[in-house]
Amino acid sequence: MHELSIATNIVEIVEEEAIKANKSTISEIDIEIGSMSGVIIEALEFAMEEAVKKGVAQNAKINFKELMARANCEKCFHQFEVDDFFAVCPKCASFETNIISGKDLKIRKIKFD
Amino acid sequence: MCGTCGCGDDQVRISKPGEQHEHHHNHDHSHGDHEHSHDHGHSHSHDHPHDHTHDHDHPHHHHHHSHEVELEINVLNKNNLLAERNRGYFEAKNILALNLVSSPGSGKTSLLERTIKEIGSEVPFYVIEGDQQTMNDAERIESAGAPVVQVNTGNGCHLDADMINKAVKKLEVKDYAALMIENVGNLVCPSMFDLGESKRVVVISTTEGEDKPIKYPNMFSTSDICVINKTDLLPHLDFDIEKVKEYALKVNHHLTFFELSVKTGEGMDKWYTWLKTQLK
Repeated sequence: MHELSIATNIVEIVEEEAIKANKSTISEIDIEIGSMSGVIIEALEFAMEEAVKKGVAQNAKINFKELMARANCEKCFHQFEVDDFFAVCPKCASFETNIISGKDLKIRKIKFD
Repeated sequence: MCGTCGCGDDQVRISKPGEQHEHHHNHDHSHGDHEHSHDHGHSHSHDHPHDHTHDHDHPHHHHHHSHEVELEINVLNKNNLLAERNRGYFEAKNILALNLVSSPGSGKTSLLERTIKEIGSEVPFYVIEGDQQTMNDAERIESAGAPVVQVNTGNGCHLDADMINKAVKKLEVKDYAALMIENVGNLVCPSMFDLGESKRVVVISTTEGEDKPIKYPNMFSTSDICVINKTDLLPHLDFDIEKVKEYALKVNHHLTFFELSVKTGEGMDKWYTWLKTQLK
């Protein structure tokens, strides 16, 4: 359940931002989850419900958006969308591919009341 | 729950064998809401009584338009930044830091014990042991002959960069040493938390399924080294060692393999040679 510690991180970050902006209520949080970030959206949603309790984000609407990961091929440099770690290059069939995006989990923006 | 102070989820305990336990709590004490009402019982009978009734009517104009902030912050930023600090410290002191990850029972502690016993006179080893509970592993490492700090994560399922930062301070690692970090036995969660290690070593044993690398691809894709342990059992098992390597390489074609048996010592020489070359 690393999603719980991730949810706690999210809440810490938005709370810091609320202090910086001198606001006491967060109304909306946009979260972008890379499809290869290792985080299960449903598990994170569940963990967020717990993590926001009693804080500035307790009533915030949390929007989760998945970002499809991309990989490139070391052999032919082709770039393509992937959804697992054993992707084979669709162009040259090499499995020497590296994921270049979609591993991150980001807070894109927050809205205050 | 911590029996000493009744503290909840965030309890992390960092201790050396034989030591009273020490807590690292992540409490956020906010001392901002104290109301001090001093009631001094002076009765002044002056001619001109100070009858101050300040009625401050601060005109705070809260315009209720919502305010939006673009953040683009990586959620693991805090951990990643701290991990980079650890990494910089290790590099500057020429410390080889290895993060050993695996399922429970693959033989990480036994691998460390044998390694320390056999080449500990040539390589100065320091160990950080991560487990949810108990000092058992730290005690095993201590009797193998290396300085060790146990991190008990409580409910936590992984080590993070902050725990390593604190444990390293306690361990007082010397320059040109090998710092072996044994993560919590778990093939899922530790993969997301960079500790600042020089290399990540995933250990798998022949009693596990060959398809572990594709079942838990995150861990295999973030590792540099794959140790396949318990090769002495191969004659008794259906485990296909070539198959597991093939799966692992599909997930991460940069992996380097070591096939060994901690029990019989078979294949350990290559592991030792690699460790020594990494320290040069």
